[in-house]
Amino acid sequence: MDHLPALVNEASAAIAAAEDAQALDQVRVRYLGKKGEITALLKGLGHLPPEERPAAGERINEAKQALQQELEQRRQALEQAALTAQLDAERIDVTLPGRGETNGGLHPVTQTLERIEALFQHIGFDVAVGPEIEDDFHNFEALNIPAHHPARGMADTFYFDATRLLRTHTSPVQVRTMQAQEPPIRIVCPGRVYRSDSDLTHTPMFHQVEGLLVDEGVCFADLKGTIADFLQAFFERDDLQVRFRPSYFPFTEPSAEVDIQCVMCRGEGCRVCSHSGWLEVMGCGMVHPEVFRHAGIDASRFTGFAFGMGAERLAMLRYGVNDLRLFFDNDLRFLRQFN
Amino acid sequence: MKFSEAWLREWVSPQLDTQALADAITMAGLEVDAIEPVGAVFAGVVVAEVVAKAPHPDADKLNVCQVQDGSGEPVQVVCGAPNVAVGQKVPFARVGAVLPEDFKIKRAKLRGVESHGMICSASELGLEEGHSEGIYVLPSNAPVGADFRAWMTLDDSTIDVDLTPNRGDCLSLRGIAREVGCVTATRVVEPNIAPVVARSNAQFPIAVSDEAGCPRYLGRVIRDVDLSAPTPLWMRERLRRSGIRSIDPAVDVTNYVMLELGQPMHAFDLDVLEGGIEVRRAHDGERLTLLDGQEVVLDGTTLVIADQAKALAIAGVMGGEDSGVGANTRHLFLEAAFFAPLGVAGKARQFGLHTDASHRFERGVDPDITRPAMERATELLLAIVGGTPGPISEVRKPTHLPQRGDVALSRERLAACLDVRLPDEEIQRIFRGLGMTASAPGDRWRVQIPSWRFDIAIEEDLIEELARVHGYNRLPVRRPQARLSLKSADEALQPLRRVRRHLVSRGYQEAVTYSFVSPELQSLLLPEAVSPTLANPISSDMSVMRHSLFPGLLKALMHNLNRQQQRVRLFETGLVFQGELDALVQTPMIGGLVCGSRDVEGWAAGRESVDFFDLKGDLESLLALSGCADEWQFVAASHPALHPGRTAQLYRGGQAQGWIGALHPSIRSQLGIKPEVYLFEVAQQAVLEGRIAAFQPLSRYPEVRRDLAFVVDAEVGVAPLLEAIRARAGEWLTQWQLFDVYQGQGVAEGHKSIALGLTWQHPSRTLNDDEINQLIAAVVDEAESRFGARLRS
Repeated sequence: MDHLPALVNEASAAIAAAEDAQALDQVRVRYLGKKGEITALLKGLGHLPPEERPAAGERINEAKQALQQELEQRRQALEQAALTAQLDAERIDVTLPGRGETNGGLHPVTQTLERIEALFQHIGFDVAVGPEIEDDFHNFEALNIPAHHPARGMADTFYFDATRLLRTHTSPVQVRTMQAQEPPIRIVCPGRVYRSDSDLTHTPMFHQVEGLLVDEGVCFADLKGTIADFLQAFFERDDLQVRFRPSYFPFTEPSAEVDIQCVMCRGEGCRVCSHSGWLEVMGCGMVHPEVFRHAGIDASRFTGFAFGMGAERLAMLRYGVNDLRLFFDNDLRFLRQFN
Repeated sequence: MKFSEAWLREWVSPQLDTQALADAITMAGLEVDAIEPVGAVFAGVVVAEVVAKAPHPDADKLNVCQVQDGSGEPVQVVCGAPNVAVGQKVPFARVGAVLPEDFKIKRAKLRGVESHGMICSASELGLEEGHSEGIYVLPSNAPVGADFRAWMTLDDSTIDVDLTPNRGDCLSLRGIAREVGCVTATRVVEPNIAPVVARSNAQFPIAVSDEAGCPRYLGRVIRDVDLSAPTPLWMRERLRRSGIRSIDPAVDVTNYVMLELGQPMHAFDLDVLEGGIEVRRAHDGERLTLLDGQEVVLDGTTLVIADQAKALAIAGVMGGEDSGVGANTRHLFLEAAFFAPLGVAGKARQFGLHTDASHRFERGVDPDITRPAMERATELLLAIVGGTPGPISEVRKPTHLPQRGDVALSRERLAACLDVRLPDEEIQRIFRGLGMTASAPGDRWRVQIPSWRFDIAIEEDLIEELARVHGYNRLPVRRPQARLSLKSADEALQPLRRVRRHLVSRGYQEAVTYSFVSPELQSLLLPEAVSPTLANPISSDMSVMRHSLFPGLLKALMHNLNRQQQRVRLFETGLVFQGELDALVQTPMIGGLVCGSRDVEGWAAGRESVDFFDLKGDLESLLALSGCADEWQFVAASHPALHPGRTAQLYRGGQAQGWIGALHPSIRSQLGIKPEVYLFEVAQQAVLEGRIAAFQPLSRYPEVRRDLAFVVDAEVGVAPLLEAIRARAGEWLTQWQLFDVYQGQGVAEGHKSIALGLTWQHPSRTLNDDEINQLIAAVVDEAESRFGARLRS
């Protein structure tokens, strides 16, 4: 019994000296195991006189508990150290790029078309599409452009034969919609259109969005409000100045070209706006009664407005693209700029 | 329509500077395209006279001239122009003058002879494009010493108006002036055109056989003219500032009157004409050599001016070479006519022409201006070339002339369309300014339309006139009102935008390629393809409509490969055009291609190239968007553009919908594409049509999985084998996984091992081993009997 303090000291030292879980367990077995030295002391209590036994037992148990506590602490410390070492060994360079496919992207014209569609869908317009090889009736006649009308010269047309052609605008979709549907009609018609023109500022194919609203009591003021709201929303500029300039389209009357204050120079005058401060962005007007007649809509009851814009033109202004032809080269270095 | 601002201001001169005037014109609906100075910027140039000329002692091509510029003694100038002559009035840049591009005139020595200034050519003063031959010789009445700029009124601008085709009435100073007067509320001063008194009875017979095509024809004989007389400088300058080149006095005068009043005219050499004028349809096969030297073959659709022998001119388009005037012409026959727009329309283009006359006649020339124009031209001609005018001969068929009548405008309709009530005085003022006569206001106006307006026929036309002159931007603004109503939406149909975004997430970049492609490329890829060909393509490599998205995608690929892009993943959506025009199908497709490394180059990436299964995986995930992936089959097939062993045709529900495969190696080599390329193309509709999810209760019982490995002939397709196994594995089969395909050691040559995991689960009880073993036996039996498969031990 007398050597208990020495034994405890010795065990403590052994615990402290244990370098890993295995060594620590050997210490535990040596002192606290079934045949351990502390356990042996407990077993030896029977040799003591009965009156000494409780005090001696208490001392041994205290020593045992103390050592158990030391063992546990040491075990935790060792585990902690092992974990720390493991974590340290598992350190990686988190600045390395991640693995796997990178995103592609939508063509800027698609992004522009989708944006225009979404703005109009918010106020109840549907999206309508139609064929690109059209006939003379839908592309011209029904839009009040009879054969030999000088307005046919406004758009240089690609023909297949005398009556079939590549649509020069998406207006035929309006005709088809009006033929098929009773007012109220609210549609936007995005799509490819074709004109036989190719130079710095023209490509033989481009994209248009046409819009049409037909209902009772629609007037020129509604057209002005809708167009101005759209352009301000598209360019995200509440103060964007919009002006309406009288113009001519055979399928609208009155007709207007729409100019916005130059978005590049804010109207100061720059190369993009030819120093005028204004940019022509779209055409519009009230649907011509003759168009209603061709489409079978009662012009005495319904009125409507229509508008049309070039998607590339808007994309160029929105994203600052300076060369129209880039849209159709499909150069990845160009396309990726819009991802 | 180009014109000189100073000329316009003689008609109407609002208190506006050039830019404000142009803005007013633009905002009236006549878009000003450009405002150009009529000459370059220069200063210090005066009118001078060449008083002496002697050869330069040391230079063959130079002359030493003495020039009187009104400031004192003549000054000495060395001049290299071949046309310099004593007595000429010339523009003279004094020492100290500044010519265009800041060219300062200094005292100089030319080959040893002093020179104190420069005699200028037209191009040196910006009065002529390009390089002028020789110095600019002024009329003899030019005042020596006068500032050249001021004397020439060069502080003027050319205003170029881009007119819409409805406004033929504005193809003249008269028309533009009327518009300017109306929109700026300024008085317009019309030139006074008095009838010219005939001084002979000389007439040339006129007959019109096509009265509808030519309801009005005026002719006048002017005898004994001198066409060698020069056109006066003021007229040449006005023509120049309006973009018209001076030719000779007869042509210049007809052009001048056309610009001034809008009436195209023609002058014939009377001596060449035989018998009389006949306005008639051409005979089939009739030939005519036009003024531009082109010989055309005519037919009965074309209106011609003929004499008794032959066609002389295409009416309203261009005169003939033989009957045109020249310096030696002695007697003129002057024509002013009204040709109906429909008869002229398209004629110029038919012969590849576009003339100032056809441009105007197609759009409509004022039928009431014919006679004033004839009088005006006669007056101007007589002043320049002299001669004896005869009386005007005229054929006029009123029933065929445009009938203007009046158009009603309802007060209510006007207010409803513009959402505003314009004051009656404003309305009257606008109508008056436009030359329209409106009845006294009531519920409606009756508005008499003037002879020059071919574009006003209905109430809306009048509303537009009022709106534009009042000013579109002064009209009210509001928002459309509509009833809010829901529409049903097809949940099973995937939006195309989702499909596009799916491919974007898998690394594809969207391309937009032309819908017309090179016929060579298309037939290389699709030798049997039939698709419409453009009659008037912009170029031969954009002349045939695409039958497939492949040609465009490959062209985009080559563009990128040629620019050092090695990893290319592209897709496109759009129509393809299949069949002859009469049986044409325009189908929306989605297609894509991959080329280069499988992974994006990176520290953790492999170096392998893409293969068929990379693209197929992307495509399968696309097809799975609809929730109907199991309805699709990939069937080995052949396609002319694709590798015969690496091509599958896509079927959905038994319907062919597209293709996937490797670009054929021989096509690759013909196109100069080095890396392997994999392409797909599939009909959009089949990709987008999906299903609405239908819930199945979850089983609470354990599932059983068994793995099987078969050895089959290497030629056996896995998909049919799997399909057959699935069909025989019973209704409780819930999953089937192909987890290995192996060829090599341990598997006989020409064979492959296919390993599957099959999972069963019963909805309402636990499956026992016997049941599973029976199902497996059935599966193995099917595989053995139909595919010659052996279970691998």
